Formats: sequence, structure tokens, C-alpha cells
Amino acid sequence: MIDYSKLLTKRIQQVRPSGIRKFFDIANEMDDVISLSIGEPDFSTPWHVRQEGIKSLEMGKTWYSPNRGFAELREEICKFFDRHYHVQYDPKTEVLVTVGGSEALDLAVRCLVEPGEEVLIPQPSFVCYEPMAQMVGAVPVIIETKEKDGFRLTPEELRAAITPKTKLLVLPFPNNPTGAVMRKKDLEAIADVIRGTNLIVLSDEIYSELTYGDQPHVAFSSLPDMRERTIVVNGFSKAFAMTGWRLGYAMGPKELIAQMTKLHQYAIMSAPTTSQYAAVEAMRHGDADIVYMREQYDMRRRLIVDGFNEMNLTCFEPEGAFYVFPCIKRTGLSSDEFCEKLLYAKHVAVVPGSAFGNCGEGYVRVSYSYSINHITEALSRIHDFLKQLGC
Amino acid sequence: MDRLLTLLHENARLSNKQLAAMLDETEENISTAIADYEKQGVIRGYQALINWERVDTNKAIALIELRVSPKKNRGFDEIAGKVMSFPEVDSVYLMSGGYDLAVTVHGKSMQDVAMFVMRRLSTLDSVLSTATHFILTRYKESGVIMNQEEEKDERRDVYCD
Repeated sequence: MIDYSKLLTKRIQQVRPSGIRKFFDIANEMDDVISLSIGEPDFSTPWHVRQEGIKSLEMGKTWYSPNRGFAELREEICKFFDRHYHVQYDPKTEVLVTVGGSEALDLAVRCLVEPGEEVLIPQPSFVCYEPMAQMVGAVPVIIETKEKDGFRLTPEELRAAITPKTKLLVLPFPNNPTGAVMRKKDLEAIADVIRGTNLIVLSDEIYSELTYGDQPHVAFSSLPDMRERTIVVNGFSKAFAMTGWRLGYAMGPKELIAQMTKLHQYAIMSAPTTSQYAAVEAMRHGDADIVYMREQYDMRRRLIVDGFNEMNLTCFEPEGAFYVFPCIKRTGLSSDEFCEKLLYAKHVAVVPGSAFGNCGEGYVRVSYSYSINHITEALSRIHDFLKQLGC
Repeated sequence: MDRLLTLLHENARLSNKQLAAMLDETEENISTAIADYEKQGVIRGYQALINWERVDTNKAIALIELRVSPKKNRGFDEIAGKVMSFPEVDSVYLMSGGYDLAVTVHGKSMQDVAMFVMRRLSTLDSVLSTATHFILTRYKESGVIMNQEEEKDERRDVYCD
């Protein structure tokens, strides 16, 4: 008998499996489940974008793309980023097209962080940052953001977490799961702390097009002195409802992008070709699609926040992404218990906040990338559930 | 308030409170706006969208093309008025192209609809000819896919196999 645990690296065995999984296995077995758990757009990719992908297939454009991605796409990405966030990047040397934003995050961590160095990770946040740091032998240092601060990273908390070993700060805003957004003044306060340190910022801005209210998203690299120490990660999944196409990008100083490109070249080769042809169309002619989808999300966001507040599950008002993060402490249940009971009693699936870091305990993540009818039905079931609990 | 109309068109059962939350308005403003739309005749009613085929398999719906001769001064209005006064008639449109009025008729059976066309519609004074097309399946109506199984959410959570 082979003892595989002796063959596998200690690092991978120490990485915890995602806590969300067990939960979905239960939900999958049930009929009639109303889910508010899925973290991707309910829209299909805009038709004109899909058509460009189809056209490229019809024309037999099925070869590899250059490692960095097609030059045409890199140019369009730079134009888009300049048009939306007013930061200029050189398409030849400062952009790398990746397999989703996730690959870009992984490349950045692997190229920048030495074993034993510290990676600062604000939580609650998406589940991948900690394992990525662990896989390079780095020390993940968790910064717990709080509801009273609107789940924003505060300069005080950041300053307190920095040590001589700190290499990288992950900046996951707009945030999954809380919906928190860092406005310009919040980012400036962070920049003030970072100026004069050797920190590199890995700014995961994948939800940048999904912010609500009159202030648009501010790219961290647009702040003075920050461009030279920031790797921006973004992509097509959330803005253009293109999750399945697996396409994202990283932008940053050419010295960093060059090394990330080397790793990408050996590990991945190049991002999917069909997706890149479609993405060119999205960047050129997709602005109106974004506006339409954002408006739809915004109406659902208001509806769902209102619904939770009505039930006295106080709900921090999210300003970005497509999640709300209501506090369930009032029920006396843990996040896990709440979700499990809700699933068994009312067949409604939401995700325990604790899946996004220990400080997510006492909250649940509810996605509103669902139709209005679906959301109202789920809200009414949750309402009944609370009544049954006597809350 | 065009967005209010769009929302009501999609789902007329949303409460004023829900509409107010979605549109970032007060409930009072929403109820005033709806009352105004009703008064101005912009909103003409609220109906359920029913998949009749699930209720009554014998129900028949037909689309009837009518060619008519318009009347001096009154054009098509007079004949359209006569056609729409029948309770069997669900909708009447004046069309461009090869015929004049498109009329949908509901009946208990195909025979029932055919008799109505023969006895009531084709005998009207200015009707020159009729062509009756029975609707076999309604796939989509008023923006809604009638067979709910086709509307399934096929997204799978990435954590599932």
C-alpha cells in the first residue's frame, strides 16, 4: 500500500479544503432548493460578444495565442482601463492575459513572495488568497475588517499588521462576500501607510464594474506613487458575465509582469484563444451591457437589503459586487447552523460567512445574481424560517 | 419613472414597498406615480399570464387574418370596433402588409373557433376574406417562457462536482 500522505507535499496537505463544499453537497441532494448561493452572474454573456467567439471558431482560429495574450486584446484592455479608471498601461510590456483573475493572483504571489515572508489578507474575503500564500511557504497574516468600518480596511489596522517581513498586501475590493467598497479617501489613507514601505499591493479589482451609487470605482494604481508598487488583477467574468470563458488579466510595472509572464508561459502557455476574440468585442462594444447589468443588480440589491432589514437581520449596505452580508447573530445560531437549518427547513441555500474567514462568523453571504421573482420567493421563505425560530 | 413601468410589466405583483426599495423612491411617490399612470391610461390593467394548456387541454386559440375594406372617413376604426366587441376576441391589431386586421380568438375547441369565424367574423359587412391559423404551442408570451422547465437555472456552484 502506498502511503500517499508521505508522497504529497506538506504544503498542499496543510491547505484546508473549501468549507463551502460540504454544504453544497447537501443542497444538491434536495428538490425544490431556492439558492442564493452562487457567486456568478445570472446573465449570459452578451450575444454580440458570444458571436465573436463563435465567429473565430467558424473561421478556424483555434491555435495558441501569444503567451501574453493577443496584442489586439492587450491594447483594448489598456484602452478600457484608461477610459474607465484613468490609469495608463503599456499594452506591450505591462499587461498579461490570464486564465481568469485567479491565475493572475497566483502568478503574482508566486513571483513575489519568498518563504517565510508575510502576506497581508483582509478578511472576510474570497477563499483563494490564504492557500496561495501557503503554497509558496509564506505566512498569511489575516486582518479582520469589521462591520462598524463598513468592512473596509482601515489604515490603523494595516499599520499594526506591517512587520519587516511583510511583502504583499492583498486588497480585495469591491469585496466578495461583504460587498464593501473602498472609496477614494479610504484608498488614499491606505496609500499613506504604504508610501515609504517596500510593500507590493495585489489589488483584486475583479468586481470593479459592479459598484453602486454615483461614485465610480477607483483603481488603487491611480493614486500617486501607487502604480509602481501595484499589481492590478481584473477580468471579464463579472463585468461581462463571462465566467465560463476563463479570462482575466494582470497589469503592473513591466519588471513584475515580465516575470509573471515567464511563469505563465511555463505553467499555462496562453489563455484560451476563443475567449480572447470574444473579449476584444466586449472591451470595444460592451460598455452598454455593463450599464444594463449594473442597473439590474442595483435594483435587486436594494430589494434584498430592504428585505433583510425588514426581517431585522441587520444588513450592512453593500456598495459593490453582488452579495449582501446580513448579520445573523440575533438568532443565536452560528453561521453554519443558520445555513444548515435554513436549508433543511425551507430549502434555501446561502453561504456561511465563516467560509470567508473566521471573522465572517455571525454573518451569511447572500448572492443577488438571481431574478426578482427568485429573490422575493427566497426572502419570504427566510422570513418564515425566522418566525419558526421565534425571532 | 420608465423603470417603474418596466418593473411592473415584468411583475405586477411587486408591492409598492418593494418597488420603492428597488427604485430608491418613497412608497408615496410610487403609489402616486402608479395612480397617475392609471388615470392617464398608460397602465390599462393587471393580468396573470396563464399557461392555459396546463389547465384545459381543449382550449383553442387562433390567429385570424382579416382583409377588410376601410370605410370612408372612419378608415379601419369602425370594423375594428365591431370585431373587438365580441368576447371571444382577445386582441385586435391593424397590420401593415398582406392583410389588415390580426385578430386572436379564444374558444373551447377548434370547431368552436372555426364556427365563430364563419358565423360572426366573415359575415361582417366590410370583411373581404379571412384566414384562420390555429396556435399549436405557445413557447413564449409577453417575454415569459411558458414552459417553466426550460427556465431552469443551469449554473452550478464551482465547489460541486
